[in-house]
Amino acid sequence: MKKTTTKTRLIWAGITVVVAVYALFPVFSILATSFKEPSDLSNGKLLPTNWSGVNYEQILVGDAQGLFLTSLRNSIGITLISTAIAVVLATLCAYAIARLDFPGKKLVLTTALAVSIFPVISIVTPLFNVWRTIGLYDTWLGLIIPYLSLTLPISIWTLAAFFRQIPWELEQAAQVDGATAWQAFRKAIVPLAAPGVFTTAIIAFFIAWNDFVYGISLTSTEAARPVPAALAFFTGASQFESPTGAISAAAIIVTIPVVLLVLGFQRQIVSGLTQGAVKG
Amino acid sequence: MASITLKNLVKKYDDGFPAVNDISIDIADGEFVILVGPSGCGKSTLLRMIVGLEDITSGDLYIDDKRVNDMAPRDRHLAMVFQNYALYPHLTVFENIAFPLRLAKGKFSEDDVQERVRAAALTLELTDHLDRKPGNLSGGQRQRVAMGRAIVRQADAFLFDEPLSNLDAKLRGQMRAEISQMQRRLATTSVYVTHDQTEAMTLGDRVAVLKKGELQQIASPRELYEQPVNIFVAGFIGSPSMNFLPATAEGNILKTPIGDFEVPAETAATAAGKEIVLLGIRPEYFEDASLVEESKLVHGNAFSAELTHTEWLGNEQYGYIDFDPSPEVKDMLDSLARDLDADELRPQVVVTLDAASRIRGGRVCELWLDTRRLHIFDPATGENLTRDADAGAALTEEANQERAEEIERATREAAEAG
Ligand SMILES: Nc1ncnc2c1ncn2[C@@H]1O[C@H](COP(=O)(O)OP(=O)(O)OP(=O)(O)O)[C@@H](O)[C@H]1O
Ligand SMILES: [Mg+2]
Repeated sequence: MKKTTTKTRLIWAGITVVVAVYALFPVFSILATSFKEPSDLSNGKLLPTNWSGVNYEQILVGDAQGLFLTSLRNSIGITLISTAIAVVLATLCAYAIARLDFPGKKLVLTTALAVSIFPVISIVTPLFNVWRTIGLYDTWLGLIIPYLSLTLPISIWTLAAFFRQIPWELEQAAQVDGATAWQAFRKAIVPLAAPGVFTTAIIAFFIAWNDFVYGISLTSTEAARPVPAALAFFTGASQFESPTGAISAAAIIVTIPVVLLVLGFQRQIVSGLTQGAVKG
Repeated sequence: MASITLKNLVKKYDDGFPAVNDISIDIADGEFVILVGPSGCGKSTLLRMIVGLEDITSGDLYIDDKRVNDMAPRDRHLAMVFQNYALYPHLTVFENIAFPLRLAKGKFSEDDVQERVRAAALTLELTDHLDRKPGNLSGGQRQRVAMGRAIVRQADAFLFDEPLSNLDAKLRGQMRAEISQMQRRLATTSVYVTHDQTEAMTLGDRVAVLKKGELQQIASPRELYEQPVNIFVAGFIGSPSMNFLPATAEGNILKTPIGDFEVPAETAATAAGKEIVLLGIRPEYFEDASLVEESKLVHGNAFSAELTHTEWLGNEQYGYIDFDPSPEVKDMLDSLARDLDADELRPQVVVTLDAASRIRGGRVCELWLDTRRLHIFDPATGENLTRDADAGAALTEEANQERAEEIERATREAAEAG
C-alpha cells in the first residue's frame, strides 16, 4: 500500500469538508427551519430563536394532520407496491436477458432505454386525459402504473448488468456437489444476486418516493395524493402566515425512511462479492 | 467405487459442431485414466458429459452397469474439479470445502464435517486459509480449494479438469505425488484431464489421446510412447517430441535428408511399395557415435551430420540438425503441426546426446542411430506401419498388473496404519 503523506491527507480532508458542507447545508437549513415558530420564520437567521416543535405538532396531530398523514400513507403504499412490482418484473426480465438467447433481446433493452429517456412532462397531459376517461385518475393504481414506467427501465438495466457478472457455472458446481436444481440456485446463486436486487430496489424506491410531477397531476384528493404533491397544499395557520415551517417539518419526516433504508441495507450493497469464483 | 463405461458417446453443440465424436472407453473400477489432447479437442466436454452437466447427443454412458444418460448430476455421485475452479465466493474456504458435506443432510455430524474438512485442508496445505474468502486467495490456492471440495466426500469417482495447471513447478510436483498416493489409497476411479506431459505419463494407468473430438488411442503411457498407433499420438506424446523425416526405401536402406540408414528387414518391408514414407525417430534414439559401446554399434547406423547448435542441460544435451524438406513434405509437416496445436514443425531434427559428449554446433560430427526402434508412418493416413500390437498390449497388461499391486499395497498400508 502507498503511504499517504500528511499533505495529501490534509487536501483530501479539505475536499471532503467542502463537499459535505455543500451537500448537507440545505438539509441542515431545512432542519433548522422546521423547528422555528411561525413568527420566527422571517427572522433572517439560520437558527431558530426558540427551538419549538410546533410545526411537527401541526402536521402530525394538528390542523394539517389529515393532509399530511393520509398523503404519507399514500406515498408509502404506492411506493412500496410499485417498487415490489418493478423488482420482481425486472429480476425476471434481467435473468432472461443475462442468461438466455432469444430474438428481440436487443429490442427489449433499447425499448427500456427509450422509455426511460422520454421526458415525463410531455406524457403527463395525455395520461391525465386517458386516466380521467378510464377511471384511473386519482387512484393508487393510477400512480403505480406511471411509476413503473420510471422504475422498470432502470431496474432492468442495472439488474441485467449485474446478472451478467454472476458466474453461473457455480450452479453446475453445486449440482455436482450434490444439490438439487433448486438448492443450487438458492445456495450458490441467490447469495450472489441478492446485493444487486437490493441495490435495484433502493433505486426504484427513491425514484417513486421522490416523484412530484405525476403526483401533482394525476391526483386531486387525499385518495391518492403522495407527500411531495401534498406539500404544495399546506397552508399557514392564517392567510398571512406562510406554511414554510410545516413544509420543512414534512420534508424532514419524508427523508427519514430514505436515510433508514440506506443505512439498513448498506451491508447488502457491497459490490465485488463475485470476485474469486472463477479463474480470470 | 465404480466403473465408468462410455459407449459411442457423441456431443454435438447447438451449432452442429461435434465436440466429442464417437468415443468409447471402458474405465475399470479404481483405474486412473488420463485424457490428453490439444486445446479444444473436447476433453472438458467429455468430462462434463460424464458428470452430467452436458447432454449426451447420442451413445450410452454407464456407471457400474447402470445407464445414466438421463440422470441428474447429484444422483451420479461423482466429484469434479472444474477447469476454472468454480468456488463459492460468498463462503469461506472452510465452507467451500464443507459444501458437499452440508448438502448431504444428516449424513455427517458437525464433528464429522470439521474433521474431514481439516484433514483435506491439511493435505492441501490450506489450514492457514480456512477462514478466508476465495477472492483473497492466489490462483494456486483457489485451485487447491477446488481440489479439497472434490476429495472431502466419498464420491464414486473423481473427475479432474486440469487441476494443477495454475501451480508452480514445485507445488505441482508435490500435488502430483499427493494425488497419485491418494488415488491409490482410496482406489477411487479417476478421470483426469491435463495438458502436461509429466502428469499424463506419471499419473495414469492408461492415457487416452484425443484429437478433434475423436479418440486416437487409449493405452498405458509406455505403450503410447513405444507403440503409438499413428503419427498424431507419436508426435503428441513425448518431450521433446518425435522427429519426423521423409524417407524413400531402397531395399533395406532408407534414404533421408540427413543420411541413409540401413534398417532391419521387417522394418524396411513395411515401407516397401511406397514412394515416400515418414520416419519417426525419438531424440534419444540418437547418440554421439564415439560414446556408443562396441556391442551396441551393430544395432544401428553411424552417420555424419552437422549440428546447428547444442543445448547442455546438465544431465543430457540436445543437438539440432536442420534439413531441407521438399514442398509436399513441408505441407505434411505443417498440417501435422496444426493438429498438434504447435505453431509449426521446424524442418529440424532434435537429438539427445550424453552430457559428456564433446560434440558442438557448427562442426561435422559422427552420430549414431539405433535403427531397431524406428517407426515408419504412412504419410497419407498417418498410420504407424511398424506398430507391434501384441507388444503394445503386453505393455498395457503390465501396467494393469502394477496398478492392482499398488492398490493392494496401499490398502494394506492403510489398514496397518489405521
Ligand atoms: N457451449 C458451447 N457451444 C458450442 N461449442 C462449444 C461449447 N463449448 C465448447 N465448444 C466447442 O467444443 C470444442 C471442445 O471444447 P472443450 O472445452 O471440451 O475443449 P478442451 O479439450 O477442454 O480444451 P482446453 O484444453 O482448451 O480446455 C471446442 O472446439 C469448443 O469450441
Ligand atoms: Mg478444457
